[in-house]
Amino acid sequence: METAIKIKNLNVFAGKTQILHDINVEIPKNKITVILGPSGCGKTTLLKCMNRLTDLYPELKVSGEILINEKNIFEPGADISKLRQSMGLLSQRPYPLPMTIYNNIAYALKLRGIRGRRKQSILVMDYLRQANLYEEVRKRLREPASRLSIGQQQRLCLARGLAVNPDIILADEPTSALDPISSRFIDEKFQEIKPHFTIVVVTHVLRQARRIADNVIFMYMGEVVEQGPAKDFFENPQEEKTKSYLEGMFN
Amino acid sequence: MYLLNRQQRHVVNYSWMLFSLLIIAFLPFMLFGGLYFKSFLLLKSYTLKDLIFSHSWHPSRGEFGFYPFIVGSVWVTLLAIIISTPICLLTAINVTQYAKKRFLRIMHPVIDILAGIPSVVYGVWGILVIVPFISHYLGPWFGIQTMGYSILAGALVLSVMIIPFILNIMIEIFRTIPTELKEATLSLGATKWQMVKHVLLRKALPGIIASVGFGLARAFGETMAVLMVVGNVIKVPHSVFDPGYTLPALIANNYGEVLSIPQYDSALMFAALLLLVVSLFFNLLMHFFIARYNKY
Repeated sequence: METAIKIKNLNVFAGKTQILHDINVEIPKNKITVILGPSGCGKTTLLKCMNRLTDLYPELKVSGEILINEKNIFEPGADISKLRQSMGLLSQRPYPLPMTIYNNIAYALKLRGIRGRRKQSILVMDYLRQANLYEEVRKRLREPASRLSIGQQQRLCLARGLAVNPDIILADEPTSALDPISSRFIDEKFQEIKPHFTIVVVTHVLRQARRIADNVIFMYMGEVVEQGPAKDFFENPQEEKTKSYLEGMFN
Repeated sequence: MYLLNRQQRHVVNYSWMLFSLLIIAFLPFMLFGGLYFKSFLLLKSYTLKDLIFSHSWHPSRGEFGFYPFIVGSVWVTLLAIIISTPICLLTAINVTQYAKKRFLRIMHPVIDILAGIPSVVYGVWGILVIVPFISHYLGPWFGIQTMGYSILAGALVLSVMIIPFILNIMIEIFRTIPTELKEATLSLGATKWQMVKHVLLRKALPGIIASVGFGLARAFGETMAVLMVVGNVIKVPHSVFDPGYTLPALIANNYGEVLSIPQYDSALMFAALLLLVVSLFFNLLMHFFIARYNKY
């Protein structure tokens, strides 16, 4: 099993509070890894460390290593834009860019370096189809993206995330704000594209984790309690805390 | 315990609230009506076109041309906006996106102090600093002989005065842009500058327009500081180094000494009416633009 992301001794402080304690995990390539745990346990922070969105929060102090393709992303001089481009992000709520539906994706293509109207237009349609959105928005591509429903916006964000041609997809509770049909679509989409991407999904919903996970990282109070293949994790948990979580003791 | 029962108290309280609301809602109409009524004497004897486009202002001879004042006001206001808007925009972006948080904490009281300085103080500062600067340095540098009391002096003083107002709104606008939108943009591989240019500015556009509109309205009505440095010469200015005269200054300088000529009195009321109409126009224009760009 090939490793896509290797996290070594990662510690994150916000002022004097420690948010993440000595995280050591390996995320396998072309699999869905679910980061599971109760609210406020540091799942999202861990995810944001991976594409260095933590840089946006000056109060966060990060130490340790995250290796992607054998390269430490915290190394000075690392090309952060390029790093982030290699990871599509799907956040809790969709945040479409303040542009038209079409330009939301065209902008991602432009950042990727794809120029030329024809080429862009073909790709935009293609990514919209991949996100199962094309039929719905075919006639309103020049409308502001904010006019779409939340479910449609999230699919647009998925299309936009795919449009930067990433290797890794980071998803932070991507279905928590969505209706059941849109949620199911996102879950199924992850299954479908998994052979081509390494997918990391943060969730606190146990059912979702059971449904999609190949690999689970269970976190509690800023620490990784247990990690491993989903089958072992759900059927034969090793740690006390994992057992009680799976039994619904705390949420 | 109480003089009235609960139901009665509700009625009393509600009537007071409704009364206050009505007062506020009707105030502009009352102002407008009052000014129109007072300037009716002038409007009766002259056409609107004559009043607005005529150059000659000789109240004793019955000539009331507002053109020099209108042009003076428009020049001073627009110039002030042109100077202060880019400064405010760049400052707001820097303070909210680039600078350390501590910096914003220092900036806020500074901006509030600037906003609280009485306009007469700005006027004195203009006379002591801006006017000599223009007459000794800026004018000669362009090869122009000027007293310093000029449209440019008015605009410079005015631009400094409106900076805190525009800046405060702009900072608030950039601060309220959700971090998640920034994260979404950056995670596409955009650099920080690309994010600012393509996403944040577009997201903030309605607010930016609104803040500029707010500045415009304030600048157009500002009286004291402008009056002190603009020169108060009733002549259509041909360059920014020429002295000028603004509508508010016209009213402030002459009201009270004119009652012997009834039409003069009426003319000043008409100037006030013009101010009201122009600020109303700016307001509507801004609402139009905000609605136009708010769709994203």
